Parts: sequence; structure tokens; C-alpha cells
Amino acid sequence: MTDVGMLAVYPDTPSVELARTLDLSGYTWKGVANADTVGRLAPTTGWVGAVVGCDTDPESGWAMCRSLRKQQHPVQRILVLISGAQIGDLEVRDNLFDDFLLTPFHPRELEARLRHLFFNELTASSATVVEHAGLRLNMETYQATFGGSPLDLTFMEYELLKFFVQHPGRVFSREVLLSDVWGYEYFGGARTVDVHVRRLRAKLGEEHAHLIETVRSVGYRFGASKWSG
Amino acid sequence: MLDAQRDYVLRTVEERGIRLVRLWFTDVLGNLKSFAISPAEMENALNDGMSFDGSSIDGYGRVQEADVLALPDPNTFEVLPWVDSKAAEARVFCDIAQLDGTPFEGDPRQVLKRNLEAARKQGLVFYVAPDIEYFYFAPHNENGRPVPLDEGGFFDLTTTDITSSLRKETIRTLETMSIPVEYSFHEDSPSQHEIDLRHTDALTMADSLMTFRFVVKEIAAMRNVHATFMPKPLEGVQGSGMHLHLSLFKNDLNAFHSASDPYNLSDTAKSFMAGLLRHAAEITAVTNQTVNSYKRLVPGFEAPVHVSWARNNRSGLIRVPVPKRGSELATRIELRSPDPACNPYLAFSVILAAGLRGIAEGYELPSEADANLFEMGDTALTKLGIEQLPQSLNDALRVMESSQLVAEALGEHIFEWFLRNKRAEWRKYKTHVSQFEIDTYLRSL
Repeated sequence: MTDVGMLAVYPDTPSVELARTLDLSGYTWKGVANADTVGRLAPTTGWVGAVVGCDTDPESGWAMCRSLRKQQHPVQRILVLISGAQIGDLEVRDNLFDDFLLTPFHPRELEARLRHLFFNELTASSATVVEHAGLRLNMETYQATFGGSPLDLTFMEYELLKFFVQHPGRVFSREVLLSDVWGYEYFGGARTVDVHVRRLRAKLGEEHAHLIETVRSVGYRFGASKWSG
Repeated sequence: MLDAQRDYVLRTVEERGIRLVRLWFTDVLGNLKSFAISPAEMENALNDGMSFDGSSIDGYGRVQEADVLALPDPNTFEVLPWVDSKAAEARVFCDIAQLDGTPFEGDPRQVLKRNLEAARKQGLVFYVAPDIEYFYFAPHNENGRPVPLDEGGFFDLTTTDITSSLRKETIRTLETMSIPVEYSFHEDSPSQHEIDLRHTDALTMADSLMTFRFVVKEIAAMRNVHATFMPKPLEGVQGSGMHLHLSLFKNDLNAFHSASDPYNLSDTAKSFMAGLLRHAAEITAVTNQTVNSYKRLVPGFEAPVHVSWARNNRSGLIRVPVPKRGSELATRIELRSPDPACNPYLAFSVILAAGLRGIAEGYELPSEADANLFEMGDTALTKLGIEQLPQSLNDALRVMESSQLVAEALGEHIFEWFLRNKRAEWRKYKTHVSQFEIDTYLRSL
């Protein structure tokens, strides 16, 4: 799941490309303007990580990294964005970042680096209850409710919905859903995914069927994204 | 995966306070059979199966050993939506096995699984989407005839509301039971309705059809209405068919689709169709298994009579619908002979076997018959090589009897039992003196 916690993003008005990639990958984040606000804006459990732009104003970028490391809950996973000309700057600042990405970046690369950075959080996630827009799934008891009333699902419907709820706002291809939810050994093809999505929509009812959105010639997305439409 | 599924079922039984779990299976004639177990038995049932005496089930009886095992298929576990949640019930479909665990040859679900396995070995998945027609009638008969609900008389002007609200409620229930509905509407005949289900793999669809017939009847019965899947309940109006939209998929690609063909049909689709056409007469006893079925397969009521195919000719056996533009997933063929009183597991088995035979042997698809075949004389039809479907259950059984293909698809056990049972049905019908005969002959002769 990408709901790992709150990320700090500097500068506080990040590029559209950066904001978009973070949103589409399902991360929650807040822009921070300077070292003073970074502590004040931090969630009670602290920032889970940060993406810091050092490419336009390197001095204040690196200052932000220092400040993040000195927080009450020191920020452990910092990804810095630098230009190719700045690679030399990294040498003396190994303590200030955990990974770096050259700008301009490819969104898929950013996504991959973040996923790798948060790999432990992603796999160790032990939340027993996930919720989204009135939907509530209890991983321990396998029970799903919608607006408080029970939603009766078959096993595979439950597994698919669980996967969606754990990755809100992200687009998945049928192939990815098939291998992640059904497993590679499943024989039946990606059409199985369509069949189950249709069944889930039917069970969610007409007014909530849109929660699982068809993204034309790509796949499916659960939950709205502000980048759609 | 299987362990996770079992776990899921057991937790749901516990969390939802399920009082009874109904184990569903199907006899050879396609009747839904069920026995209930308490939730405490469920774990045992999932692990080892539940044994029961099969000798009382139609087509299950064997000489040697009467006891068989019901093995629940955990992926079909569903809470029954119409049962009061304070005493919740669930159902699960079962495979029937012999006590040593080998598939029981009298179980239609196992027969379908065996046939699907043959397709799977070639990398093919068989998809089916049925259009099911049925009638709603008043609970009583008049002069021995069923009474339609939306035709004056006993029911008043609000009757159309009753049937359409019944249909609506039925659809809602189906959808909460993982059976998505594509379309539904009032059919041509009085009190006749049609519900079209969305495609799914053939095994799930056969299960869905068993659930479908049960749900339609159950919801109607709650309102004191009788729903029937009898193929031709009313003389002089259309009967109830179950057109089947068929396709084969290979690795996410529609094996029936070819962009370069003018009809968008691949060679696979054409050979499959050729197989269906060549073996059509042999499989008809299975797809149309009652005496009454053959009163639907007559000219003039949009039911097929001739073994032919066309794009837009509803008198033929196979229609090739024109899919929505650019939608290659939707390329399919529509088999128009089956009726909703068939056993879906066995019908899908023989249909698939006939189609696969066509593919394996590379049968050549005959040319399209787009003329109105009802207007052509017998000699013209013979010249075109167009034959008729069997005209009666007796005809159909006679062709089936000598079919190696059907014997292999059904397995010896069901093949023989089915022929025996249906011949007995025909004998009973043959000796029956009908109202038609009394009316026509009693006074004049």
C-alpha cells in the first residue's frame, strides 16, 4: 500500500510533474516553505519521508535536508532532486539524503525510487482495517462494510477490493491486478479482472459503482484522482 | 490460495453469524439439489467433504456404491441475500466425488470441468453470456392452462407494475450474488421476460444459471407468482429460449476475433461454428431436453429450425452479432437453439466439445444462409445442404444415441442414464392422449 504516512515536499509549491506523480502514486504529502515551518506542519508521528528539490536553489534545499534530519522525529527517507551538473555536490553530503534523482525526471523513475525507499513500510504494513469513502475492510476478520452495513463478497471479490482500497487513486492495468491479486498461476486471463470488477460494482450499488473507475485502454483506478477528467 | 479461501469462508461464517450453510449441487436433469449443514460442520466439509447417499438423486445411482462426497468450492460461497440477517444463511456449490476423492462421473459440474480442462490444455478459456427468457404466471391455472399476469382477468391494471418490480427485485438480488445483469426487458409474449447476463467463464456461468433459476422462482414465489422456464408454456406465442453468446479466449486475446476478416471472425471461430453446425443434431437432446422443448423449435416464433448461420438472420441456428465498433473483445457467436430448461453444465459441455472438434479437425464453415429459410422449400434447402434440427425429443435422442462426440463429452455414465431417462419420458408422452386429439377426433370420428 502506498498509504505510508505523510511526506514533506520542498519547495512548498513543487512542480506540477512532481505533485502529479506523488498523487497518482497514492502518496499523501504537504509542501513545506522553510526550515521553520517543517516542524510545525509535521504530523504527530513525524514525517515519514521527504522529497527535496535542490536543483533550483541548492543552498536552501540542502538546508532543508539538514533541518529534516534534526527534527524531533528525524526524517529517515529523503529523496533529493538535483540537476546533472550538481552530482559533485553529493559527495560531501551523503548524510543528508537517502536517494537522489536527476531533473528533469521521468515520473516512472520517481515512482520506482519512492517505492524502493518505502519498501519496508509497504511490506510491513500491518493495518488491520483500511477505510475509504465509507468502505471499511477488516483484514483480520475478512469482513467488509459499506456505510456501516455488511457487504457480502466472494473471496476473490474481497481480495480485489482489498487491493484497490489499499492503493486508492492509482491506476492498475489488468495484467498487474491479475498477477498481484490472483497470482501468476491463475489461468483465465485478464478478462477475469473485468468480470470481477463488474461484480464488485454491482455489489457496491449503482450510486457507488463509480468508485472503481475504468481508465480507457489502461485499466482500473479505485477512488477519485484530482488528475482525472 | 485454497487455504486462504477456506479461511475466508470460515471467518465469514463466524463473523456474519451464519446459522445454516446450504450445499448446492445439480442432478443430471439440471435440478438444483441442496442439503444444509450447521456452521460447526463447515470446516470439516471444506477439508474432507460431506458424504451423503447419492442413490436418491436423479442420475447419481450406481450399482456398486451409493455414498458420494460433496466437496464445497469455497470460491462460490455466498451469503443468501433474501434470508433474514438475524438467522443468516449461505450457500456454496459443491463438486461431487467418490469416497476416494476421484470425480464422480454422474456429477454434471465435474463433467463440465473435465470438458473445460480439454480447452484449457489448448490454452483456451470458454466464455458464455446467456439471454434467458421466462414467464410469470398466476399461482393457479384456469382450465388447466397457465394464466399470464399482464393480460386482463384476475389481475388488474397494476399487474405490469408487479412483474416489472419483480424483475427489478430479481436483478438486485442477482447482482448482490455476483451475477451481473446486462439487460432486462419485457419480452414479446404476455408475461414473458428476458434477463441477459454478462459474460463470464463457463463454469461460473453454469453455477450462475443454477442460482438464477432459483432466484427468479424464489422472488416470484414470495409475491405469490409462479415463474417458469418451461420452453413453450403458451400455444401461439413465442416460447422461452436461452440464446448463448459464446467466445474463446487465449491469453487475454479473443480467439474468435480477426481484424482482417470481413465478419471479424477468426479461423478458430469459423471452425468452432462449423463444429457446432455439423454436430448440432447430436447435441440437441442435451440443449433442448424436454418433450415441450420441440414445441418451441417451430417456424414463426423467432426460434431456430434450420442448421445454418448468418449475421443477421434470426431464423438460423447461429447468429454472428456485429460487435460495437472497435471492440474486438466483443466478437462472439450466438447459439440460438438452447432453452432455459436445460442442464447448463451438460449443455455447455456438449457445445464446447462440438466446437473444439471443429477446431481440431479444421472443419470448413458452410456459406452464410442469409435468406429467410422459412420461405424456402425443402428441395431448395437440401440443395443448399441445410438440414433441420431434430423435430422431437424422440428424433433428438435417436441422433444423440449414435454420437461418439456426445458420449465422450458426457461420459458413459451420464450418456446412458440420460438416454434411458429421456426415452422413458418420450414413451410416457407417446401414450398420452392429448386435449388436441379429444377436440379433433372424438366427435368427428
